[in-house]
Amino acid sequence: MHHTKPLCPKPPSNASTMASPSIYTSPGFNFTNELRNNFMAEKGLPLPKATSTGTTIVGCLFKDGIILGADTRATEGPIVADKNCEKIHYITESIRCCGAGTAADTEFTTALISSNMELHALSIGRKPRVVTAMTMLKQMLFRNQGRIGAALVLGGVDSTGPHLFTIHPHGSTDKLPYVTMGSGSLAAMAVFESGWQPNMERAAALDLVKAAISAGIFNDLGSGSNIDACIITESQTDMLRNVEMPNPRVQKERGYTFRRGTTAWKTESVRDLVVKEEITFVGGDAMDTT
Amino acid sequence: MDHFPTNWGRPRNDAYDAYGTYPIAVRPNNALKDAFSAGVQRTQAPIVTGTSVLALKYKDGIMMAADNLASYGSLARFKDVKRLQTVGEHTVIGAGGDMSDFQYIQTVLDELMIDEFAEQDGHTLGPAEIHEYLSQVMYARRSKLDPLWNALLVGGYKDGQRFLAFVDLLGTTYSASTLATGYGAHIAQPLLRTAVEGNEDVLTEDEALKIIEQCMRVLFYRDARSLDKYQVAKITAEGATISDTRRLDTTWSFAEGIRGYGAQTE
Amino acid sequence: MPNMISLAQPQQRQFNPYTENGGTILAIAGADFSVIAGDTRQSEGYSIQTRYAPKVFRLTDKAVLAVNGFAADGNMFVKKVRQRLEWYRHAHAKDMPLRAIARLIQTMLYARRFFPFYVYNILGGIEEDGTGAVYSFDPVGSYEREACRAAGAAQSLVQPFLDNQIYFKNQTPAPGTSHPVHLPLSTVLALVIDSFTSATERHIEVGDGLEMYVVLSKGSTAFQSLGAIHGIQELTATEDGERVFVIRRELKKD
Repeated sequence: MHHTKPLCPKPPSNASTMASPSIYTSPGFNFTNELRNNFMAEKGLPLPKATSTGTTIVGCLFKDGIILGADTRATEGPIVADKNCEKIHYITESIRCCGAGTAADTEFTTALISSNMELHALSIGRKPRVVTAMTMLKQMLFRNQGRIGAALVLGGVDSTGPHLFTIHPHGSTDKLPYVTMGSGSLAAMAVFESGWQPNMERAAALDLVKAAISAGIFNDLGSGSNIDACIITESQTDMLRNVEMPNPRVQKERGYTFRRGTTAWKTESVRDLVVKEEITFVGGDAMDTT
Repeated sequence: MDHFPTNWGRPRNDAYDAYGTYPIAVRPNNALKDAFSAGVQRTQAPIVTGTSVLALKYKDGIMMAADNLASYGSLARFKDVKRLQTVGEHTVIGAGGDMSDFQYIQTVLDELMIDEFAEQDGHTLGPAEIHEYLSQVMYARRSKLDPLWNALLVGGYKDGQRFLAFVDLLGTTYSASTLATGYGAHIAQPLLRTAVEGNEDVLTEDEALKIIEQCMRVLFYRDARSLDKYQVAKITAEGATISDTRRLDTTWSFAEGIRGYGAQTE
Repeated sequence: MPNMISLAQPQQRQFNPYTENGGTILAIAGADFSVIAGDTRQSEGYSIQTRYAPKVFRLTDKAVLAVNGFAADGNMFVKKVRQRLEWYRHAHAKDMPLRAIARLIQTMLYARRFFPFYVYNILGGIEEDGTGAVYSFDPVGSYEREACRAAGAAQSLVQPFLDNQIYFKNQTPAPGTSHPVHLPLSTVLALVIDSFTSATERHIEVGDGLEMYVVLSKGSTAFQSLGAIHGIQELTATEDGERVFVIRRELKKD
């Protein structure tokens, strides 16, 4: 989901828009912002880069709390950068946050908010609430106008009950009983839309989350490898790292060890790495090591 | 595949109207490029569009479904449009994308079937032949840079063989035991694959119908250009039939306990 | 993802007749055999269109063609090559030799210099002298005979591996020995399988299935090692002596 206002030549204004600045709108392109945009590009303001959110992350409400889920593939374009990364981040003991989008952004935002939540908890002397984390995250993201590419699923249980939010890079939030994000969000949401029910049992809800992540893993190229899940209830939080591993690496047909001396060299210089040292005491006494 | 038919076949550009939100009448590409282009009109953009088509293989043949909506941009313009069509006795085609191009394809195929019938040679075109013909037409048109702006599914049953294949405005073709066009490729295909893959020869008609109905419901929940009125086609050894329009029953009470979008409590 | 168009230029969006359908192909030539392989996933963007769409095609008993790039162009190109080979068969009552097919493919590709088939071709098979051969092409017809070539989405992952394992690049032989010029079929098949399982691990567009075509020259002894392979299928159609086999394997589906 992007909420970016296009920075390109202004598209023709919508004739049906109520507050049209002019009565006459000419057909074709409107180059009103041409000069401004060229100037801005010249000054080094690039177009907002479309960051691909190759990920499937989900969250859903069940009888006793919240279950979060994530796949474990991290990509750089079409290349798999990490086959088993962790996308469910710690906020507090009973609040966790799944991150999609730019990996560094999701890691740093969640880490920062986690720190601030800890300080806040110490300051108020109570367990912090999910809405607090949500508000801190959305205000930080809004302040940065979408330049922090973090798309988050925030879930947890506090004194007011279980809460589940999505937070978009521009700072908008949604509160729903089941949510998905990332490039596999459509596949995962299809599973939720056909399987989610209010007040599900823990086991059934976990199975549903696993099915939703699996749908992302096997149908979306941006998602893959293993399933992580996190079950948060009032009394305890269970981080189920690699709760399912449906994509084990297969055995290679050949071994690829190289004979010693395979790498060619041009010059050879052998040095003794053991440095001989002679210690001469200058003072009268040895060092006081008491 | 891009789930906005208005973006099909265009270079991706996330900064320029990525969601096809501008009304067709004021879309820049409707303007003439130069004085000479007035003589040649090509489909540069779909106008009245249909959304997903779904299909699957089951024990007795092929089942296919599409809703009855034809959209005009974001306007739900026509709500009783037929997007499934029988071709001969053994085949059904379903279309997403531009409806006028689809209706043109229907006339082309009707003419083809009449010509073939007139031969009186004892041969009739089956689904494989119709798909091959359509692929050639679609590829030829894209090669003239004058595409027929559709994504089509061809399903059929002939000589004891099930057939299900896809072709789109670029002439791209493929086959699988479940297929979906448009938004369906993102939303319905994952559900179809888990339900059908490996069970093609055991799924009964009732089970297949349940899967299709569930997928159509999920699509109606999540595809903003869809409708809760749809038709189902069935192609078996007995021939091809397209159902009357059906209606989905839906529930919207899932978030009754929830207030607001953030910190609100009432 | 394609680069975004510079905002400095006014732009008109228009119909783009091409797309990219992912996947990878590769071919390796042995002394008296040739292996031509490709994965079977067809994708567009982040979606899998199908888990089984062949990219490798038997042309004759001594020639196999792998195509990768824009699938519609690829299928059309194979169709047109096969048509030309059939005409040749009708005119000359024999199959076209491999090097002639290679030259034919060059002219067919260059004929579309200004509206190219967006396809990378790799042709593998047996030459008239009985040696294994691989020809690789760019989309507009520049070609070369090689011992091995990878193309497609994971070319940049697979080709360096083949350079190291087939050409022994960056490997100094043990003193007093030299690297083999040709590898045995069993080794080549193992390298092909490992290439694809590795590409599947690290490239999102590679996976689902693997098809390896093996072409043997007349009286090749490489056949002995083929007997034990499970799921092997013979596709030989003529009595000319060359034989064609296909071996299928599953790849990861995530």
